[in-house]
Amino acid sequence: MVRRRRTSGILAWLLEALFFKKRSVKIGIYGPPNAGKTTLTNRIIHTFADEEEDVGTASEIPHETRRAVRRGGILIDLKQNLKQFQRTNFNSNPQPLSDPTRNGDPTRNGDPSTNPSTKSGRKGRAKLKLDVVDTPGLATKIDFHDFLAYGLREEEAKQRAKEATEGVIEAIKWLDDIDGVILLMDATQDPYTQTNVVIIGNMEARGIPVVIAANKIDLSSAAPQKIKKAFPQHFVIPISALTGENMPEFYAAMVRRFR
Amino acid sequence: MNIKMDLISEDKVNSMGSMEKIRFVLDGVKSGNIVVLEGGLTSEEQMKLIELAMLEVDEDFTGIEMSGYPSKKGFFNLRKKTRLTVVGPAKTMHTIKKGKDWISAVISEI
Repeated sequence: MVRRRRTSGILAWLLEALFFKKRSVKIGIYGPPNAGKTTLTNRIIHTFADEEEDVGTASEIPHETRRAVRRGGILIDLKQNLKQFQRTNFNSNPQPLSDPTRNGDPTRNGDPSTNPSTKSGRKGRAKLKLDVVDTPGLATKIDFHDFLAYGLREEEAKQRAKEATEGVIEAIKWLDDIDGVILLMDATQDPYTQTNVVIIGNMEARGIPVVIAANKIDLSSAAPQKIKKAFPQHFVIPISALTGENMPEFYAAMVRRFR
Repeated sequence: MNIKMDLISEDKVNSMGSMEKIRFVLDGVKSGNIVVLEGGLTSEEQMKLIELAMLEVDEDFTGIEMSGYPSKKGFFNLRKKTRLTVVGPAKTMHTIKKGKDWISAVISEI
């Protein structure tokens, strides 16, 4: 019985490998408002799909993204895109790809398993076909008064608050329909928030793989090591979605985790 | 103005189903109470609570502030054991800082 089952499993795998294309994995980009989710989504699309295409606009006003946006048909091919990495990354602060001692931060480029330029990084040559879903920021409270501080009129602020609450619900609903999560955290903020803990707890309970991106390492107050310390059981890759710093390592981690 | 706190024992928490717990917490918080659950809510229950709270946000009720100790691995690492969850109205309760085994929060009048 077991033998027959194993044979049919191998047969199914062979048939799929020979005749069917591997389906795309749906990756949700989650995180609190203003963590840089849209900036990261745009960067992934610019690097692997279309340099001119944006899924949304980034803004300093929280809850700029209030509807989840999916962009399909993205192929991450690390080998093919190596030249592109070098062109699109480090455009503001060129640094060598693998210098574990940089800034004395052990989480920055220090993990050889996530670095495509190292021996184990050869696995990064694999491809990953994916759809990315840029989700609205997850929050437990939304007060329209907070938007007034950004110069919005009261009616606009109330409308934004209403749409933001709908956006949070939509982001939560999307969790039922995704294969992996990139949890984006602002490395300048305290990572140990209940929202981050709840997202990670839910992913663990559902058995969905998570990669944590510690964003905004281009800022001097960034402390990605705090995120690594808070969530030691997960991949934590320090990045700057804005400048492109450390993105090759991040893409390699994505391929390894979500393949 | 006095602020009411509801301290709910683990036995009481365990006697309720998931949805019952969430409704109980949300009703308490919407009434302006701080609800402390011994034994706590699971991650899934907390996510559901956020979702339901968002449905009820308006000009008066701006949402919830929630804090809790992370769950511990339970019997043979098969089940996670939740520990404690504190939930309050966002206008009243503000978590200052939290760690794995401690929560520092300020509770103030609206």
